[in-house]
Amino acid sequence: MEHYNMNLTLKVWKQKNAKAAGRFETYQVKGISSEMSFLEMFDVLNEQLIAEGKEPVAFDHDCREGICGMCSMYINGRAHGPWHHNTTCQLHMREYKDGDTIVVEPWRADAFPVIKDLVVNRNSFDHIVQAGGYISVNTGNAQDANSLPIEKQKADDSFAAAACIGCGACVAACPNASAMLFLSAKVAHLAYLPQGDVERKERVVNMVHQMDKEGFGSCTNIGACEAECPKGISLENIAKLNREYMVATFAGDR
Amino acid sequence: MTWKQHFTSSVGKKLVMAFTGLFLISFLLIHVYLNAQIFLPDGKEKFLAGAHFMGTNALTRILELGLVAGFLLHIIQGLMLWNQNSKRRSNGRYAVKAGNATSKWYSRSMGLLGTLVLLFLIMHTAQFWIPNRVHQFSTGDEINLYDKMKDVFQNPIIVGLYIIGCISLSFHLVHGFYSAFQTLGMGTKKYKPIIRSIGIAFSIIVPLIFALMPIAFYCQWIG
Ligand code: HEM
Ligand code: SF4
Ligand code: FES
Repeated sequence: MEHYNMNLTLKVWKQKNAKAAGRFETYQVKGISSEMSFLEMFDVLNEQLIAEGKEPVAFDHDCREGICGMCSMYINGRAHGPWHHNTTCQLHMREYKDGDTIVVEPWRADAFPVIKDLVVNRNSFDHIVQAGGYISVNTGNAQDANSLPIEKQKADDSFAAAACIGCGACVAACPNASAMLFLSAKVAHLAYLPQGDVERKERVVNMVHQMDKEGFGSCTNIGACEAECPKGISLENIAKLNREYMVATFAGDR
Repeated sequence: MTWKQHFTSSVGKKLVMAFTGLFLISFLLIHVYLNAQIFLPDGKEKFLAGAHFMGTNALTRILELGLVAGFLLHIIQGLMLWNQNSKRRSNGRYAVKAGNATSKWYSRSMGLLGTLVLLFLIMHTAQFWIPNRVHQFSTGDEINLYDKMKDVFQNPIIVGLYIIGCISLSFHLVHGFYSAFQTLGMGTKKYKPIIRSIGIAFSIIVPLIFALMPIAFYCQWIG
């Protein structure tokens, strides 16, 4: 692929804190290489702003290799930009051409309040996991793994659900700001395994109620979450969650 | 957890929408089957016999109460969910939206489509069901619903409104049929393709047959 440089107009959301009103700020960046990642383009912008004595744009990032889920940016109407199964850090500037205007917003959801500019607080996800996304195991020596037989298919399904990196793109993309895809990944991941059986019914009920407390919307099976999830978490997990919930409702001990 | 807590969580409310939605779908099947008799030879007699059976039999009258309850539950819960879900971004909506790039417009418009169906339903029951029951209550006799249809469907505006109602129902069902089964946990690799296919066929065929009724009377294909 041919290398090229480009000049871009960026419209970036600036917001002091959760309470302050935000607004778009327009910036020009010049000589951006098509080889750069989207976050590297933001590094260039911030260095430029610092050199000009202006305040840099606050944005989240950590691994920059698509596995931590920190790099939340809503780019031209798409969570993590236009690429399929992709995070912002793995979006590359060859997607854009000279003269393009790019609008960058934070995840917008009441359950994800803005900390500053593009950085949002996703503690609500932690609270959901704390409500049941764990298993009880005896302390002491670890058991021999082979003493717990698991069908290959179930191990695969569980592993696929466990790929969720908690990035929040599903919530950001959902017209209802619902966290069902995230929740379903966390529930399904344990529900397929024998280790998850002990707290199985309590887990799903407690996690659903915690999700509701955090102020997420409810699921209407629109499917924008699945379309935007960088890890390919499938809507089948939501069907699994619903089955788990029905079992807990109609065949629960309490 | 109490039953109440189970059915008032976000997932529980969805279950209520799915159960009532599927119940309403089963009603549509019976309704369309009975009314489609008008297209048969001797349609008038066959239709009136069916209507008489449905309107005078103890079992169907009790089921009718269930139907009214099902509609109310579905409508009230649906409107409440629509309202609540539209308020989850109180600090501002996106300046640029994904639109159809990540989802279908009708799946995002269930509240709006449902409201159109509701408006249609109000007009429709005011034309047939309510006058018939009032007449039955006051005189003991049913209205001749066939002649009533013929009469009502002389007005092109009414025929147009019926067509709009049927189109709204069709799109409500294209998403709703699949969505209800997904809510009941059946959106798996094994079942999803077949649910999708049956759902789309149902959502086209049933509203189309309904829409053909006013059209047929208006165009005097049947009389
Ligand atoms: C014959 C009429 C109707 C039928 C057969 C029907 C059927 C359905 C079905 C099957 C669903 C999917 C349930 C699910 O997602 O689990 C649904 C959802 C919905 N319906 Fe209806 N419906 C009808 C009338 C109405 C009316 C009059 C309204 C009133 C406003 C309405 C509002 C809604 C809403 C808002 C949803 C989405 C709810 C959600 O997914 O959370 N529907 N409908
Ligand atoms: S389900 Fe996908 S989009 Fe949602 S938090 Fe997990 S990885 Fe991110
Ligand atoms: S920075 Fe870790 S996934 Fe993007």
